[in-house]
Amino acid sequence: METIIKPNTITEKVLKLIESNFSTLIEGSEKDNAIKAFVSQGVPSRKHEEYKYVNVDQILKDDFVLATQKNISKEQIEHLKILKGAFIAVIVNGVFNEELSQLNNLPKGLIISSISSAAENNKLIFEKHYSRYAEINTDSFVALNTSLAKSGVFINVEKSVIVETPIHIIHVSSANENIIINPRNLIVVDENAQAKIIESYETIDSSSKIFNNALTEIVVCENSIVDHYKIQDENEFGYLLNTTQVVQQKKSLFSTHTFTLSGSLVRNNLNIVLDGEHIETHLNGLYLTNGNQVVDTHTVVDHRKPNCNSNELYKGIIEGKSSATFNGKIFVRKDAQKTNAFQSNKNILLSDDGTINTKPQLEIYADDVKCSHGTSTGKLDADKIFYLRARGLSEASAKKLLMHAFASEVVNTIKIEALREYVEEKITKRFE
Amino acid sequence: MLSIKNLHASIGGKEILKGINLEIKAGEVHAIMGPNGSGKSTLSAVLAGREDYEVTEGEVIFNEKNLLELSPEDRAREGVFLAFQYPIEIPGVSNVNFLKTAINEIRAYKGLDPMDAKDFLARMKEKQKLVELDVKLANRSVNEGFSGGEKKRNEIFQMAMLEPKLAILDETDSGLDIDALRIVSNGVNKLKNKDNATIVVTHYQRLLDYIVPDFVHVLYNGRIVKTGPKELALELEEKGYDFIKEETGA
Repeated sequence: METIIKPNTITEKVLKLIESNFSTLIEGSEKDNAIKAFVSQGVPSRKHEEYKYVNVDQILKDDFVLATQKNISKEQIEHLKILKGAFIAVIVNGVFNEELSQLNNLPKGLIISSISSAAENNKLIFEKHYSRYAEINTDSFVALNTSLAKSGVFINVEKSVIVETPIHIIHVSSANENIIINPRNLIVVDENAQAKIIESYETIDSSSKIFNNALTEIVVCENSIVDHYKIQDENEFGYLLNTTQVVQQKKSLFSTHTFTLSGSLVRNNLNIVLDGEHIETHLNGLYLTNGNQVVDTHTVVDHRKPNCNSNELYKGIIEGKSSATFNGKIFVRKDAQKTNAFQSNKNILLSDDGTINTKPQLEIYADDVKCSHGTSTGKLDADKIFYLRARGLSEASAKKLLMHAFASEVVNTIKIEALREYVEEKITKRFE
Repeated sequence: MLSIKNLHASIGGKEILKGINLEIKAGEVHAIMGPNGSGKSTLSAVLAGREDYEVTEGEVIFNEKNLLELSPEDRAREGVFLAFQYPIEIPGVSNVNFLKTAINEIRAYKGLDPMDAKDFLARMKEKQKLVELDVKLANRSVNEGFSGGEKKRNEIFQMAMLEPKLAILDETDSGLDIDALRIVSNGVNKLKNKDNATIVVTHYQRLLDYIVPDFVHVLYNGRIVKTGPKELALELEEKGYDFIKEETGA
């Protein structure tokens, strides 16, 4: 008997949105390829190995429209400015908003602009790097973003320029009907340059679902240093699919820190390619889940050349009926001798109804390497709780103190003091 | 201050304490000695409120309150302090933050305002000296990476900070070299006054050369089988616990 393959109606629905969309960052055959890649992969269901713990298709089953411009006042986003004195680029519903941004007095050698204007004004860099790293054929959300993206932020730190002031990209969304947004950022830190970049994801004043398919590509050139942060703090209307695609060149240092504090669904795809020798990479993450939240982290560290070090630490505290997933892949290619790659994922499960899926995946093709991974999931240690109570702390404050202590290992990796205080305060509020 | 009557306790259905009777008055030091497995640590744990143990019979009255009805934290707030035999390491929680939270929760229980930050620091400094605890250790995570001796000193430091009415020292001497033993004992002795009491739980007599007890109780097989003056400890050291077994016919 012949099997009839049912057309994936959700994919078709999204395809209609793509067809109704114009003036994207890329046109012509490149766009056609991205659309084709999206259609052939489709919106993944839970049958898809990489998406088996998130029901993205169930979310996109509802009717969505592409986001239109939304008027947001300066006052409405004031509380989202984490750092005083930072360079701030604001993206409202996926679209770069110059008026809300604070980009005066940029130092020489630092460009921060809308990505669409960079496509014209910084054509060489744009064409060299845009959509060269995030792979449309292996992830349908990369293909979808590439098919739809029209706006976002472009950052270029020129050769040997050190930008000490942090650069903060605020992604703020607000919707009264279900929207899909596709911001696209490109960050290029040239040879021997340094930058600190924070991306925050927030929702305000909403009554409908916001499906934010955000993609940031970061190019960390030879001998450069990039300190990167993601603060994900959307509300219950936020469904965030956040892809960060990083390529590192030789002798560079890249540290990334992801703090997932709220949101109905957060899926992080963090892919880092170590494409040169003597590279150092740090991946740190903390997810605090509660209610019916779903947080799914997929990381890929791809060691392609010899003599590189990567170190990954992800921790999670799972409460309520929430579910968290950690899937950490490490590839050590045949050429990548003398690789040191370490990974650790630790979780505290506070409720009987919560779920944690943790899956380290190491694929090693070189023979002279040091690699390790470890994972643990447990409850708060009863002996520690008793010890604290025996000194007069209530059970609740003993638990709070222990949760803080657990989180602090990741929080303490934040090098920007004001940001660390901000995250600490957020965590304190969460535990209250 | 403390009155224990016919206390029975078991763990996992196995009876460990089989009818303990003990009266302790303010200003007194009581030593509880006994061979391994006699129930010494169980008694300490039951008094501190460890929930793994089930009290099946008897009562414990502490300053007119039914101690067994109180949660571990309320016992601490009423003034019971257990110096752990094996202090727990708590990475990520600083000693300072831990003690500040403890002191302020105890104060809140008594209806007092939180302690002034300056007073707190002054007290820290003073008490650190008492047990010769390195300032660096006090600023680190609770017991993390401390040597055995440092952990025991940290217990006495916490005791000094919290100023309990009844301190129970559970084998505080185990793992201490003679220098550390002197420091710890000296700290305990300086904290002693007419309003507080100390229970020293130990297997060996040596600690009692430094912390001199008013009474020595011998715990054997879940019961106090003999009580005497401080000389009893010497006799035990000399003759070993076997003589107790013979004497009591146990």
